[in-house]
Amino acid sequence: MRLTPKSATLIVLALLVAITPFFFPSGYYYRVGALLFVNGIAVTGIVILTGYAGQISLGHAGFAGIGAYACALAPVHWGLHPALAAVLGAAISAVLAYLVGRPILRLKGYYLGVATLGFGILVSMVLNNERQLTRGPDGIEVADLGLREVLKGWGLNLTNGEFWYFFCGLCLIIGAWLALNLHNSPTGRALRALHGSEVAARTVGVDVARFKLQAFVISAVYASVAGSLLALQNKFITPDVAGFMHSVEMVTMAVLGGVGSVLGAIFGAGILTLLPQVLTVFAEYEQMVLGLVMLLVMIFLREGLLPSILKKFWGKDE
Amino acid sequence: MSDLLSIEGLGISFGGLKAVNDVSFRVRPGEIVSVIGPNGAGKTTLFNMISGVYLPGAGRVMLDGADVTGMEPHLLARRGMSRTFQNLQIFQSMTVLENVITGYHLQEKGPVVADILGLPSSRRRARKAMAGARELLERVGLTRAAEREAGNLSYGSLKRLEIARALALDPKVLLLDEPAAGCNAVETEEIDHLIAEVAASGVAILLVEHDMKMVMRISNHIVVLDHGEKIAEGDPATVSQNPAVIAAYLGAENAHG
Ligand SMILES: Nc1ncnc2c1ncn2[C@@H]1O[C@H](COP(=O)(O)OP(=O)(O)OP(=O)(O)O)[C@@H](O)[C@H]1O
Ligand SMILES: [Mg+2]
Repeated sequence: MRLTPKSATLIVLALLVAITPFFFPSGYYYRVGALLFVNGIAVTGIVILTGYAGQISLGHAGFAGIGAYACALAPVHWGLHPALAAVLGAAISAVLAYLVGRPILRLKGYYLGVATLGFGILVSMVLNNERQLTRGPDGIEVADLGLREVLKGWGLNLTNGEFWYFFCGLCLIIGAWLALNLHNSPTGRALRALHGSEVAARTVGVDVARFKLQAFVISAVYASVAGSLLALQNKFITPDVAGFMHSVEMVTMAVLGGVGSVLGAIFGAGILTLLPQVLTVFAEYEQMVLGLVMLLVMIFLREGLLPSILKKFWGKDE
Repeated sequence: MSDLLSIEGLGISFGGLKAVNDVSFRVRPGEIVSVIGPNGAGKTTLFNMISGVYLPGAGRVMLDGADVTGMEPHLLARRGMSRTFQNLQIFQSMTVLENVITGYHLQEKGPVVADILGLPSSRRRARKAMAGARELLERVGLTRAAEREAGNLSYGSLKRLEIARALALDPKVLLLDEPAAGCNAVETEEIDHLIAEVAASGVAILLVEHDMKMVMRISNHIVVLDHGEKIAEGDPATVSQNPAVIAAYLGAENAHG
């Protein structure tokens, strides 16, 4: 039997999550792995927005910020369980994405990039300046999710690092599964169609503005969940999560790996998550490296690394 | 029978140029009406106005008795209008089959939540569309290319793919902008048969085509445009004898030579 791209992707991800820990030299790598998975979730949202629908956002970190700070603030102020706080964050992100996207996506062209840029900056500013609420640039602690204790009660004893590694891995697999469902569904086809030819999509009946908006809202929810997971595992969050560099990082990861494919984009997230671990100089020159990566990919590998590699090995038709 | 599509005094200007000016005609169910004219006469512009891609500067478009002037293309699709494009508008990175399935969008679309969760209802909708799309691919002779990426197909195949996608809407009115351009004699004949077959099933067809043999053979009625104006109309025999038409074509040829 031939594997569908969907099952192949899910199997690869499941194996990756399950097997790599056997090669970890120390417990520290669970943290790196968890971070990679969180970034993987965020770029999967970018795949839906940019890879499927062909729209560009330069402010997705704003949604990550909302997801993160929902987990920091809602438990303290409203006594909400951190898990529900993450759901609340996702809902707020979805509503904001709808409100920002609705007027913008009726227009033709790349206005979404500009509008989201403004949106990201706005969220970042609020998080930095509303010190009474967010405690400003120094960051704020985040309540414990409490799931690890529940698992312990069931006899499953995981270290903090292990727990977050497997939990984020599971979330990533679910996120990838949903995105792959979408890819081959009527909605996914409509998105890819309007990406390919907007005028043809319209003439076959696709309400282009509406579908772009759906993609934008869905991808905002992915970013929000990624932000929540980041905040919950670190038990601490700073406004950097909503910063412009984080938005650029998400897009670069996706474009580097291959924005058209879920696995490719996650691959890109993997590279750019691991790079700073291997090369400490990377941290100093992060902005430069991101810029350079973008430039090189755009010039030499328009489809991204993974699809280009796969084509090399399997010839032209997949 | 009553008109399915009726164009009344349609016009549009780009800057100072009157690309189409005061053009009127109608198309009845099952009828093939061809719009001919030299390059730049305004044929594609006329199509773009009828299909809602351009907002007409003047006049009306009536579809099945309703005024649909300036209506968005996706709403016109719901009312049974479908078209192909002279400058291919293919979904390049989708497969050939997916291109045609997209033509079933109005039938297969449903709640996005069902799609993202991969619910059986979503897969059922998609399966139905896929079955229809495979039949259409068979009809235009592209079955063997079904799983290929559309961008890799030859020009002639892409032309047929566009027709298949347009037919997927099960249209009442079909606009074909140079469907046989770039096709060889065999392919042209196949397209010719296909158009006649579709018309016979009761679809109103509006055709733009430079292949005069094909136009003369299959059209019930011909509208001639030159410099955006309708200079003649009638059945093929009448139009081909019309001095103004002959002059327009000779003039165009001289200009080329
Ligand atoms: N969007 C536009 N903006 C400006 N001018 C346009 C536009 N679309 C068409 N035109 C002009 O309108 C005129 C009619 O063009 P159109 O494409 O409708 O001709 P056509 O009859 O389809 O020609 P062909 O046989 O070459 O396809 C041309 O002079 C063209 O340059
Ligand atoms: Mg034309």
